[in-house]
Amino acid sequence: MDGIVSPGSVSASPAADDTVIRCLGLTRRFGALAAVDHLDLSVARGEIFALVGPDGAGKTTLIRMLCGALTPTEGTAVVVGADVARDPEAVKARIGYMPQRFSLYGDLSVMENLQLYGDIYGVGRTAFREQAARLLTDFRLDAFTGRPAQQLSGGMKQKLALACTLIHAPDALFLDEPTTGVDPVSRRQFWRYLYSLNRDGITIFVSTPYMDEAERASRVGLMNRGRLIACNDPGALKASMQGEILEIIAEPKAAAKQALRGHALVRSLEVFGDRLHVLVDSADRAEPELRRALLSGGVQVQSMRRAVPSLEDVFVSRLARVV
Amino acid sequence: MSSGAAMEYSVQATGLTKRFGNFTAVDHISFEIRPGEIWGFLGPNGAGKSTTIRMLCGIQDPSEGSATVLGYDVRRDPEAIKARIGYMSQRFSLWGDLTVRENLEFYAGVYGLDASTNRQQVDKWLERSGLTDRQHGVAATLSVGFRQRLALGCAVLHRPQMVFLDEPTAGVDPVSRRQFWDLIDRFAEEGTTIMVTTHYMDEAEHCDRLAFIAGGRIITQGTPAQIKREQMPGIVLEIRTDRPVEALAALYQHPAVREAALYGVAIHAVVEARESAPSVAASLQDHGFAVLGIEPIPPTLEDVFVALAESNQGATA
Repeated sequence: MDGIVSPGSVSASPAADDTVIRCLGLTRRFGALAAVDHLDLSVARGEIFALVGPDGAGKTTLIRMLCGALTPTEGTAVVVGADVARDPEAVKARIGYMPQRFSLYGDLSVMENLQLYGDIYGVGRTAFREQAARLLTDFRLDAFTGRPAQQLSGGMKQKLALACTLIHAPDALFLDEPTTGVDPVSRRQFWRYLYSLNRDGITIFVSTPYMDEAERASRVGLMNRGRLIACNDPGALKASMQGEILEIIAEPKAAAKQALRGHALVRSLEVFGDRLHVLVDSADRAEPELRRALLSGGVQVQSMRRAVPSLEDVFVSRLARVV
Repeated sequence: MSSGAAMEYSVQATGLTKRFGNFTAVDHISFEIRPGEIWGFLGPNGAGKSTTIRMLCGIQDPSEGSATVLGYDVRRDPEAIKARIGYMSQRFSLWGDLTVRENLEFYAGVYGLDASTNRQQVDKWLERSGLTDRQHGVAATLSVGFRQRLALGCAVLHRPQMVFLDEPTAGVDPVSRRQFWDLIDRFAEEGTTIMVTTHYMDEAEHCDRLAFIAGGRIITQGTPAQIKREQMPGIVLEIRTDRPVEALAALYQHPAVREAALYGVAIHAVVEARESAPSVAASLQDHGFAVLGIEPIPPTLEDVFVALAESNQGATA
């Protein structure tokens, strides 16, 4: 467990016996399109792995293959010790999978939904009673066991869906964009559950379009066009950023933007209220030149300083190079 | 024209209130939005954001209070408002079996643009949003990011003076989100006023000013920098330890820690006063964690949001 988040050790390949997910050349084609394209990846027991990437990058296809729900066209994936192509049922029995649209039965009660998933997974009566009681308490759903799922709030529905995916006490949990449209307070709460599951030894694999969410993972994989284009802990990814960000506050803002947008040294410009972020190859080299350009455009520079790149900056700059 | 060129505010709301039976969804809120401003409206689900927007768009009547949009009263002149604004929600409706161009032309028709203005506006938007190459593709086959830009186009073809965006980027990837914000920013530059709701604090940072709403009331408003500087109840400690996920559980138990969350490998813990830092560090060490660093840091917008929402939960319930 020690290696979970300490920078430096996480990016190293995990020891074979401690590997929960191992893909080698994993590929899935739909006609001519390779949705997942010869992907190699290892995830160790106890990691929280975040998969980020644009729409259509192949995230959902990858997760569905890892969960034994979709057969690979080529390559192999071994998840919790079983081959996803040869033995998908063994995989399914030991993992939990929460797809983007998790189906709860609206007219069934909280307890009946849990019971249904317990039956699907063939959980024995005693084990079900214990696990259900624990999940209901942990997720603070114990006061609502008789309530139909359709009468729960959004946050509670999400917790019930998570409880259903955990009813058979899986070793690994796969979540496909679990917090889209969820407010920050509920999102924090949700992550708090994920951390507590993780402390109990459950490996977590989560896909998300949001970078601030990826920051909460111990390791992040950037996926684009079916491939992993970068994979490391959030700190190391930020350190690997090519180019530097200059944060500029200048008046008038419109003239400042105009002067910066066309400038040869500016690779991209982003506006954050009164702050302008420009991506340049070298901040030291760009600063005097940009000051000159702004001044000659009649712009007064209040401040110009180097800003720490966000994970989103890294992501966008990586994609810009690939596309 | 009642909205003169020198209009001081695009939106002016005073004591605006909406009740549904016994439930007060929006509770005496007052705020102003200046022309050309990007104004962000933040708050938990069910806080009253969408109800406020619906009142401002002239779709729902206020129960009490008043508001003007572009100089028109929302109660007396809803049609004048509707003609001058654009509205886009997270559940925007496009015609999936029509092409990109046909969707835009359809909405241009709804707004009553004449044929040549129509063609001009459609071409302009296609170019601006990077959709020219896809104009003859069917809308249903577009990626979420392109669909979103198309939906924005449908909402702004008639060149509204003000645009309302209700969670416009839910589920959209980072690259598309940047392109979207770039479009928004250019609108604002041209003088269009933007009111936008979002759950994503990195997006809220794009706004000129923000308001936080919880339980139907505005709790605070200001620029992102002001809010981070002035509105955080308590101090945020950034803590670095050898095992952050486990240390987080230990911090929840500490009496001085009100809230704790992971940011990458660091923990943000909210405490009453910076004097608590040594006791927090000592307690982590007692639990066997190595404390690699502990220091007060400026809060992130998310820190402030969560703290404000939680301290106002009584009002929400």
